[in-house]
Amino acid sequence: MSDIATTTDAELMEGPAFVRGQPLAPLPPPIKEGGAVGWMRKNLFSGVLNIALTIVCAALIVWIVPPLIKFLVIDAVWNGSGRADCLQQPGQPEIGACWAYVFDKISFFTYGFYPIGERWRVDVFFALLTIGVGWMAWLNAPRRDICMIYFFIVLPAASLILLLGWPPIGLPKVATTQWGGVLVTVVVASVGIVFSLPIGIVLALGRRSKMPAVRLFSVMFIEFVRGVPLITVLFMASVMLPLFVPDTWSPDKLLRALVGVSLFAAAYMAEVVRAGLQAIPKGQFEGAMAVGLGYWQTMRFIVLPQALKITIPNIVNTTIGLFKDTTLVFIVGIFDFLMTVEAGRGDPAWATPVTSTTGYAFAAIFYLVFCYGMSRYARFVEARLAAGDRR
Amino acid sequence: MALANSALKPAPLKTGVAVDMIGVHKWYGDFHVLRDINLRVTKSERIVICGPSGSGKSTMIRCINRLEEHQKGSIIVDGTELANDLKKIDEVRRDVGMVFQHFNLFPHLTVLENLTLAPIWVRKQPKKEAEEIAMHYLQRVKIPEQAGKFPGQLSGGQQQRVAIARALCMNPKIMLFDEPTSALDPEMVKEVLDTMVQLAEDGMTMLCVTHEMSFARQVANRIVFMDEGQIVEVNEPKAFFDNPQHERTRLFLSQILH
Ligand SMILES: Nc1ncnc2c1ncn2[C@@H]1O[C@H](COP(=O)(O)OP(=O)(O)OP(=O)(O)O)[C@@H](O)[C@H]1O
Ligand SMILES: [Mg+2]
Repeated sequence: MSDIATTTDAELMEGPAFVRGQPLAPLPPPIKEGGAVGWMRKNLFSGVLNIALTIVCAALIVWIVPPLIKFLVIDAVWNGSGRADCLQQPGQPEIGACWAYVFDKISFFTYGFYPIGERWRVDVFFALLTIGVGWMAWLNAPRRDICMIYFFIVLPAASLILLLGWPPIGLPKVATTQWGGVLVTVVVASVGIVFSLPIGIVLALGRRSKMPAVRLFSVMFIEFVRGVPLITVLFMASVMLPLFVPDTWSPDKLLRALVGVSLFAAAYMAEVVRAGLQAIPKGQFEGAMAVGLGYWQTMRFIVLPQALKITIPNIVNTTIGLFKDTTLVFIVGIFDFLMTVEAGRGDPAWATPVTSTTGYAFAAIFYLVFCYGMSRYARFVEARLAAGDRR
Repeated sequence: MALANSALKPAPLKTGVAVDMIGVHKWYGDFHVLRDINLRVTKSERIVICGPSGSGKSTMIRCINRLEEHQKGSIIVDGTELANDLKKIDEVRRDVGMVFQHFNLFPHLTVLENLTLAPIWVRKQPKKEAEEIAMHYLQRVKIPEQAGKFPGQLSGGQQQRVAIARALCMNPKIMLFDEPTSALDPEMVKEVLDTMVQLAEDGMTMLCVTHEMSFARQVANRIVFMDEGQIVEVNEPKAFFDNPQHERTRLFLSQILH
């Protein structure tokens, strides 16, 4: 205070010593950031570590990608009718993927041993499923309430009738032991999802329930299932399930696996849904209670619609995991897509050095396409939800 | 409009006493939040509740529709005693409307859906009738043109008016307000208070936690002052402001009225 009091007028005219009288010399202009060079400088070469990583990645790409393309595309055999076409010949010293083999086997990979005359039923099933998935995935679709009914009630019922057959309406029975390939993979994955989501929601609600018995059961189920590998669950389902039902019932092998996969996935879905439920503010429950809505009405109209929406990306991620895990059902003797590829390897008509590699490459591409598609979708929904929050 | 007129007036009480709290105590664990609350609110009475932060005002009015449970004493809402009977709790909640500080609107539903959800599913009103009533109340709170929007697209004052309309659509006998204006920008406070004044003029029984003292002066029949979980003083507005009986009331008023 005393400093200010003793400041004279003359000093004030000059201004205090800490105020610069002269303007600063301008800084040098920043290095040009635009264009490809600028982008690379900023993103790939911005520091020692970054430069090192860039070089390592580039080396990896150079090492892996060209041989892969050479094998999968350039040297590949696209047409042919037997092993002779995929063997080394004087004119073709290097043989790549034998796609001719895949084209020849594609129906086997898709339908397994499903009777040839009835395969149209599988195609119809694929079409119905595609409609359902497309409708579900389209966030602004009209009548999403009908879509729910279609996806969770109509589709399962129709698929059951179509695939298993129902003689009264002229569809001969097809035993599940004849099912195989992509059909089984898709059935296991979609049954897993269609059942695991509702069961998971119930378990998630149970885990937050005020009733101790319900809560205890939910926690025990979730923690137990999450604590053991899927293979164990599958073994248990296929060995133990028959013990719980009457002998005459003797559940089908595929059904046992489906129960196992659904329960396994349900435990994971429950945790995903629980995270969504926890994100709903307390005020929403109170607002609902205050207008007189009951517990189930509050859940149905207020909490679940909001919780599930923010949970979609995580549900899709869980689905990706489930889709890949379906390959494990071979362990209880079910002929899924990967098993058909495995079986195709042994066909003497196509026995060549590249047959196995081609089969596995095809399987890898199949899983990659589906999982990458789902992953992109999850990203898209995430971005949409983030944009919605800013509204 | 083909609406039954009775649907738009406050529903009549079965008894002359809207809310009767007798010796109510409540604890959060060891913490004694409400200590021996005795308060009788008669038909069409407007009660304003004030007091320092943490004094238990919210807790007290939230006990009236069982958003909080009391452990001792009894609370009788229009002849129905609140106990562990879920049926009775639902009954009371249907007849008691509540407006919150942070609105608690349902963000995924449009304004109109926010208003009609409970009448349709709780009161079992036909959808068309529920929508007509909802539009009527939206007109009363002066935002009928916002019916198709989502809550997130409205201003705070508009959201709070929607929240009031949402409570009114259930045709309540009693309205509870928990600091309805304290989350609002100053210029929006008036529009919400005006709505509440109008409601009071229609004869609604109201319990309102607020620090809007001009509102209290204008509307309240009685002002309740709470501190540390107790009702310290209850008085008519004039006497309350001009001649507070207790030291704590005087201190509080001096802080709040500057
Ligand atoms: N769920 C809870 N668990 C434990 N203590 C709580 C809980 N809710 C409130 N309290 C405590 O109870 C006391 C009263 O809270 P209440 O919200 O009723 O106060 P208030 O008078 O409404 O205050 P404000 O003016 O800040 O809203 C506070 O001390 C608070 O910390
Ligand atoms: Mg409060």
